[in-house]
Amino acid sequence: MIDYEKALSHKIKNIKPSGIRKFFDIAATMEGVISLGVGEPDFSTPWVIRKAAIQVLERKHIVYGPNLGIMPLREAIAGHIEKKHGVKYRPGEEIIVTVGGSEAIDMALRGLIDPGDEVLVVEPCFVCYAPLVELAGGVAVPVPTRIENNFKLTVDDLEGKITERTKLLILPYPNNPTGAIMTKEDLEPIAELLRDTNIMVLSDEIYSELTYGRQHFSIIELPDMQERTIYVNGFSKAYAMTGWRLGYVAAPEPIIHQIFKIHQYGIMCSPYISQNAAVEALKSCDEEVEKMVEEYNVRRRYLVNEFNRIGLTCFDPEGAFYVFPCIKSTGLSSEEFCERLLYEEKVAVVPGSAFGNSGEGYVRISYAYSLRHLMEALARIEDFLKRLKEEKK
Amino acid sequence: MKNEIIRILQQNARISNIALGEMLGISPEQAAEEIHKLENEGVIRGYSVILDDDKFDKSTVYATIELKVTPQRDCGFDDIAKTIMMYDEVESVSLMSSGAYDLAVEVKGNNLKDVAFFVSERLATIEGILSTSTHFILKKYKEKGIFIDDEETDERGLG
Repeated sequence: MIDYEKALSHKIKNIKPSGIRKFFDIAATMEGVISLGVGEPDFSTPWVIRKAAIQVLERKHIVYGPNLGIMPLREAIAGHIEKKHGVKYRPGEEIIVTVGGSEAIDMALRGLIDPGDEVLVVEPCFVCYAPLVELAGGVAVPVPTRIENNFKLTVDDLEGKITERTKLLILPYPNNPTGAIMTKEDLEPIAELLRDTNIMVLSDEIYSELTYGRQHFSIIELPDMQERTIYVNGFSKAYAMTGWRLGYVAAPEPIIHQIFKIHQYGIMCSPYISQNAAVEALKSCDEEVEKMVEEYNVRRRYLVNEFNRIGLTCFDPEGAFYVFPCIKSTGLSSEEFCERLLYEEKVAVVPGSAFGNSGEGYVRISYAYSLRHLMEALARIEDFLKRLKEEKK
Repeated sequence: MKNEIIRILQQNARISNIALGEMLGISPEQAAEEIHKLENEGVIRGYSVILDDDKFDKSTVYATIELKVTPQRDCGFDDIAKTIMMYDEVESVSLMSSGAYDLAVEVKGNNLKDVAFFVSERLATIEGILSTSTHFILKKYKEKGIFIDDEETDERGLG
């Protein structure tokens, strides 16, 4: 018999599976569970985009396409970034279309990191960064953010984290799981800190279209920051196109060239049908996006107010589609809270600790669900809290 | 504000003023006042319940009836429509722009026969009605934006 212990890579064996999974695997075995766990829109992809894909299927050869992505899409992406942020990228050299934001992040890390290089990972954050840094041979240095600052990154948070080996700062705003955003004023001191260094920024702006009350501001808009930023975005969240697997990177040419080589050998090209359809998304779906944002905003306000009303304090998140209520008042750890909530009330949520140690004491609640669904879930959570209180007595 | 209130009420008209206020970022009292205003202005005409008849009363029958009508002097189609809508069996009456027929009438009955008799004895006999065409509804999948069929399983991921 083959000894798989010897066959497998130690590097991969040492990587932990995503902490988001655990409760959903349990939930999947139970009847009547309602989930507030998913990280993708509940809306369908706007019909014009789907129609465009159908037309491609009917009329075109489905080919690999250029490694960097089809030109009309790269041009549309450049136009979109310029419209949103007033920053120009050359579609021929400074943009690459990727298989979702995740591939973009993976390749950017691999394109930059040499063994032992340090990457600052702002936490709480989506689960992929640290494992991908490690896969690339780097060292992930957690940078916890704090509730006092509404989980924004401050210069203080970075104090003592920057060393000679620091190569990159991962800036994940609007943030999954907290819903925090960074404004121009929040970003300026960070940019100022980085300007005299060789540290690059990987700005993961996948939730950039989903902000409430104000427009998203990107670090690329600040002076001298475009040249030191790898801008990552995609179609999944804004256009409800998760399954289409389409993201992109906009960055200086030397960076894109690195990414291009990895992409060329490992992926070849992003899905051709999706790319063609995405041109339509950028061209004609502003109104659809706006409608989705309005609906998310109604849910967001409802949840923030409800959680505060039932005694789980919740700061006002201005982006993404998550709220991040504090559960410390229950005396439970976030894992315990989630486990008991699942078994006792059949509501599945994600413990904040899955997103880094600084997420302990919080839970991530997704509002990519209908109001009806959210109201039912809230009623159950309220019952759960009442029971906890009675237990304490 | 008005649009948002209506959008929320269309999803769930039984929502509490507290929850509605939370969704809109206003107080429960303000939410109640806004609804009251819409009712007084006649924008909101009433509240109804959407049933899954298969679970409630399997025998209920619905039909859509297309009516060709001779418009009446001076009042067009209104007079006939108003006559039709007085019947309890009639759920809705709409004037259509189609060339094929003029009024679309939704009728509810206890059984097939009831509906058929209602059409032939009550509707077809109204003066000015030239012809009727009855379509029985076999299954409703969605009504007023609400899914009647059981919801699909959620296949979404955990990104």
